[in-house]
Amino acid sequence: MKRVRGSLIAVAIAGAFAAGAAQAQISDNVVKIGVLSDMSSLYTDLAGAGSVAAARMAVEDSGIEKRGYKVEIVSADHQNKPDVGSAIARQWYDTDKVDVIVDVPNSGVALAVNQITRDKGKAFLVSGAASSDLTGKACSPNTIHWTYDTWMLANGTGGAIVKTGGDTWFFLTADYAFGHALERDTEAVVLKSGGKVLGKVRHPLNTQDFSSFLLQAQASKAKIIGLANAGGDTTNSIKQAAEFGIVKGGQNLAGLLVFLTDVHALGLPTAQGLILTNTFYWDQNDQSRAFAKRFAERDKGIHPTMLHAGVYSAVTHYLKAVEALKSDDGTKVIAKMKETPTDDPLFGKGTIRADGRKIHPAYLVEVKKPAESKGPWDYYKVRATIPADQAFRPLKDGECPLVK
Amino acid sequence: MQALFGQLLVGLINGAFYAMLSLGLAVIFGLLNIINFTHGAQYMMGAFCAWFLLNKAGVGYWWSLLIAPVVVGAFGMLIERTMLARLYKLDHLYGLLLTFGLALIIQGLFRNEFGSSGMPYQIPTELAGGLNLGFMFLPKYRAWVIIASLAVCFSTWYVIERTKLGSYLRAATENPALVQAFGINVPRMITLTFGFGVGLAALAGVMAAPIYQVNPLMGADMIIVVFAVVVIGGMGSIMGAILTGFGLGVVEGLTKYFYAEASNTVIFVIMVIVLLIKPAGLFGRER
Repeated sequence: MKRVRGSLIAVAIAGAFAAGAAQAQISDNVVKIGVLSDMSSLYTDLAGAGSVAAARMAVEDSGIEKRGYKVEIVSADHQNKPDVGSAIARQWYDTDKVDVIVDVPNSGVALAVNQITRDKGKAFLVSGAASSDLTGKACSPNTIHWTYDTWMLANGTGGAIVKTGGDTWFFLTADYAFGHALERDTEAVVLKSGGKVLGKVRHPLNTQDFSSFLLQAQASKAKIIGLANAGGDTTNSIKQAAEFGIVKGGQNLAGLLVFLTDVHALGLPTAQGLILTNTFYWDQNDQSRAFAKRFAERDKGIHPTMLHAGVYSAVTHYLKAVEALKSDDGTKVIAKMKETPTDDPLFGKGTIRADGRKIHPAYLVEVKKPAESKGPWDYYKVRATIPADQAFRPLKDGECPLVK
Repeated sequence: MQALFGQLLVGLINGAFYAMLSLGLAVIFGLLNIINFTHGAQYMMGAFCAWFLLNKAGVGYWWSLLIAPVVVGAFGMLIERTMLARLYKLDHLYGLLLTFGLALIIQGLFRNEFGSSGMPYQIPTELAGGLNLGFMFLPKYRAWVIIASLAVCFSTWYVIERTKLGSYLRAATENPALVQAFGINVPRMITLTFGFGVGLAALAGVMAAPIYQVNPLMGADMIIVVFAVVVIGGMGSIMGAILTGFGLGVVEGLTKYFYAEASNTVIFVIMVIVLLIKPAGLFGRER
């Protein structure tokens, strides 16, 4: 009896090896992509379910499944809590055999997942989080920061505003990793260009009422009120600033991170004239418009934000690397991704640096006036293109230990 | 010093919302002994109702102030009749769990349909712009909110504490069987009172729509704070809810000025202290 069982096991093991040979080193034969995002709170529309849809579209468009690979997408809600996000990441890596985590809006959660991914030797493709620390002192051989970061936003929007005379600033900052990073990077740009920071106030994430903070900003007499926050916090700040007559009183708002969905939520009468920086706008060319059309059909009519586009682009490049290596080993795939130039319909040609920073151009855009817009989602006109080699922080300034 | 005046006023305005919402909760708890966790969702539904009226039917802000509370109040009464009425004989906790579950379902449905960024709702043209008070710029709309809220709060207090109708209500809470024996239809009165409390939430929602985004999650953010307000004021105390609502708005406003990082916790710190010193709340009576 014992012998029979033993030989059965041997057969089973042999069978497993035989199946494995066809799939080389794909762990448990499935490339499993985990989309970890905010599915229920203030960042849902700008990432959330749309990021899952974008990942799925990337898998379909890659055609990888027709070539014999199995790809599975799972998703979860991190609730903007680093502890919840960490617990999900651990469970995904340890028991659910997830190979790569993508998106993760909220820098607090992303920094936690960044560390876990590194410890477990998996792969992490950040589209949603903004903190430039992800390619700075927290950089990792297992992480690529795809879409944008706080340095890029600060330099794009902050730099442009200081140049046009906005040289005194007051910051309204979301009180967590992202807000702090965005404030720090923008302050550096302002000071470097000869401007001054007159004050700052740090509000809790997901605040409803900004009137107290706006009064403080008003009293500071700064020319520019820099909004170092995102999502619902930004829309509420902008809306209430209009109510309190901030712009009429001669001060201007700088939305340091404004997404297409935020502009949609505010409506053009309130949002017109805002200047912002992003790396993707759906109405750029035929390819991006085609993508937007397909995307909107899957995400309740929402047109893709740069985060959605980033998820699509990152997953596309990831799958290319997996196929080239015939492996989904996190560390190896990320290394392969870095050495291969990127090319996809949304961001065009680009590269990935040693510190994990994906490089592509950024666009300084202005929100259209209601009369200029042809309809919903027609919101931006591009004022300037920041070339890829200037859009992101120079490699040497990042203090990333991987760069020697 | 001038800045401080501004912060006090802004605090009072936020307090106006807290007061209106906690008033509805206090009415429902004080008179019906129901802990209504759907209150936040009903506040959100009020705002959405105003949005629908404007965008689908062309009905403006002023009519919405009337229609939304009636519509949402009717929805509340439906819930009371079909679900809550079955739980009156059980412990409060069952009502709490039921309403909490309902709140999650309602919010989930709205979020699924409308997303999380919310929809814009413009300030009515009559109240656009603002007044320069010297120490601050006061938007006319906020001034309106504070006046309307004071009027609503004190008339509610007056009706319940000082009129015959109010005395029936209070009597029905103390001893329903006896009041019924006098020929008063107690279940109907309870349903109407519940509807009124819910209507208050919806009214606050309509008033909030032009300030905040009309957002499926606006109530979820608010309800926890409002519960803390009710607990601090004393569960069920009408005047307690009103005064604490305004008072805590001011405290929160001052915190935003002196130490903004703590502004979303300060109310809960106060709640803990009050519970330790006066478990029935500032204005509550020990039963």
